[in-house]
Amino acid sequence: MSPLSSTTDSTTDAPRDDVRETEIARITSALGDGVVDSMVKPHDDMWIRVTADSWMNTAETLKSLGYTYFCFISAIDWMPSPFGKGEDDPTEPAPERDMSIKQGYTGGATRFQVLARLTQPQTSLGVNIKADVDESTMSIQSWTSVFAGANWHERETWEMYGIVFAGHPDLRKMYLPMDFEGFPLRKDFPLLARIVKPWPGIVDVEPMPGDDDQEEGTAS
Amino acid sequence: MSLIGDRQQLAYIAAQAADARVNVELETEGMTLNIGPQHPATHGTLRIIARLDGEQVIWAEPSAGYMHRGYEKLTEVRTYPQVTALINRIDWLGSFANEVPFILAAEKLMGVEAPPRAQHIRTILFELSRIANVSLFLGDLGVQMGAITPVFFAFRDREYVLNLIEGATGGRFHPNFDRIGGLKDDLPAGFIDETRMVMKKLRTFCDEIEGLLFGNEIFQSRTRGIGVIPKDVALQYGLSGANLRASGVDWDLRRDQSLPMAWDKVDWKVWTHPDGDSFARCWIRLQETREATKIVDQLLDTIPSGPVMAKVPKIIKVPEGEAWVSTENPLGEMGYYVVSQGDQGPFRVKIRSASFNNISIVPWVLKGVYVPDIITILASLYFILGDIDR
Repeated sequence: MSPLSSTTDSTTDAPRDDVRETEIARITSALGDGVVDSMVKPHDDMWIRVTADSWMNTAETLKSLGYTYFCFISAIDWMPSPFGKGEDDPTEPAPERDMSIKQGYTGGATRFQVLARLTQPQTSLGVNIKADVDESTMSIQSWTSVFAGANWHERETWEMYGIVFAGHPDLRKMYLPMDFEGFPLRKDFPLLARIVKPWPGIVDVEPMPGDDDQEEGTAS
Repeated sequence: MSLIGDRQQLAYIAAQAADARVNVELETEGMTLNIGPQHPATHGTLRIIARLDGEQVIWAEPSAGYMHRGYEKLTEVRTYPQVTALINRIDWLGSFANEVPFILAAEKLMGVEAPPRAQHIRTILFELSRIANVSLFLGDLGVQMGAITPVFFAFRDREYVLNLIEGATGGRFHPNFDRIGGLKDDLPAGFIDETRMVMKKLRTFCDEIEGLLFGNEIFQSRTRGIGVIPKDVALQYGLSGANLRASGVDWDLRRDQSLPMAWDKVDWKVWTHPDGDSFARCWIRLQETREATKIVDQLLDTIPSGPVMAKVPKIIKVPEGEAWVSTENPLGEMGYYVVSQGDQGPFRVKIRSASFNNISIVPWVLKGVYVPDIITILASLYFILGDIDR
């Protein structure tokens, strides 16, 4: 990215990024059948999607490839929220919403995906790793034996999304009381503050004094 | 340098001895010590439960969540410009630095880049918030060990930096100044001269702290060789920032990744320390404050002219896509994974905050240490509660 150009479109026609292309080839060949899809955004970032069965193997392999720095584990719920932005008028009937699930980069087949990131400290190259989580089991292997730092992240993900990490030594809630019901970051968990007191609606842009369409006000 | 190997070995032996004591069931009676949620060493409300055998910790567990505000959920019902008001409050001592990675992620998705002047001023404010944040750490360090004076020095000199931030942005703690495409405003008149003067004062402050604390015999004996974190353990727990560099990993996101910021235009140094103990972590932060003042000084000399805002539409809609941006914040690596589905607000934002990872190592590092060292180790790991709980 040239820092001297004020508005550049770096995503569409960026030149090939050989460093990341070779890196992703190295990763996919090491993981073999485990990789479902991979993607490189030139001069930006790398994504891979692995099968749920090879989730553990992915961590071990990437660690041996030099991705020793554990960044985070979390999850994404791809279902659009049935509550929208929480701005519905409670006196009106609920509006129709498009509830079709569309996954992001590297695709997917399930509503929930785990998302993790590992980084190579020597080169600062990072890779975002995704895996589908089957909704009938809602379970995936735990990374705690490979990256000890995954412990808290997996606890948080379990608490917020209800994804069980098999083999986790201590799957307890981090933030909420143990008897709390529901998984707050799931899209079908309502944001209660918006239910109790309806939101007055987004005020998007207020015209600024001096704007072209606001000139006729009386100046004192 | 063989000393460090010995220290690490000793730490391992102490930890193993602590383990053995629980397993073998010797005839000693353990006790559980509760520290916090309200304790001066916890910078807010972090509770630490430690099981002791005599004076030695055999098991410790931090209990977070007393300040969980659910920002990841709240971002889903807000527009992109509204999100910065929330994320200001994650690391509340260096607020401006929280806004930058999120704004950069949104800009990356939109394909917008801030004009050079805005990038420059962003970097200046970023480093100012680092100085404001870390100078308080340096003062607070003394309090944890019974020295009261440094904290007064820290509060005195941090005020100058906060005045600068307030002058430029209007907010002492929560600037909310960064915009997609640039900054809300240009710098006020007189900012440059004032900042130069303050940076000089801050360098004097660093010298004072170094003389008061770092050369002090009690300070050294309370921190040297205590709470040693080896390199590979630090990496697999995802420690970042000064904590990682104190374990000898030469990695600074300001230097090692290309972001549309101005760090690559100035001359500065990344400090590392081979020891990985509490002293190393404190020392690295002291040096980083000095480097930050140098970065600000050089940036002030080279501010380019031009606008501070790129052309962006009034109603900001971010195209579909995913982006990850992280920066080297005062506490360590802070990153945002932003998923956009073409709306006015984000679909999902994962906030990766530094303190969450930095504190997750506490059960490991506290194993086998003595009770007074709990406080110094926690102080040297340096966390902000809002940065753990989000």
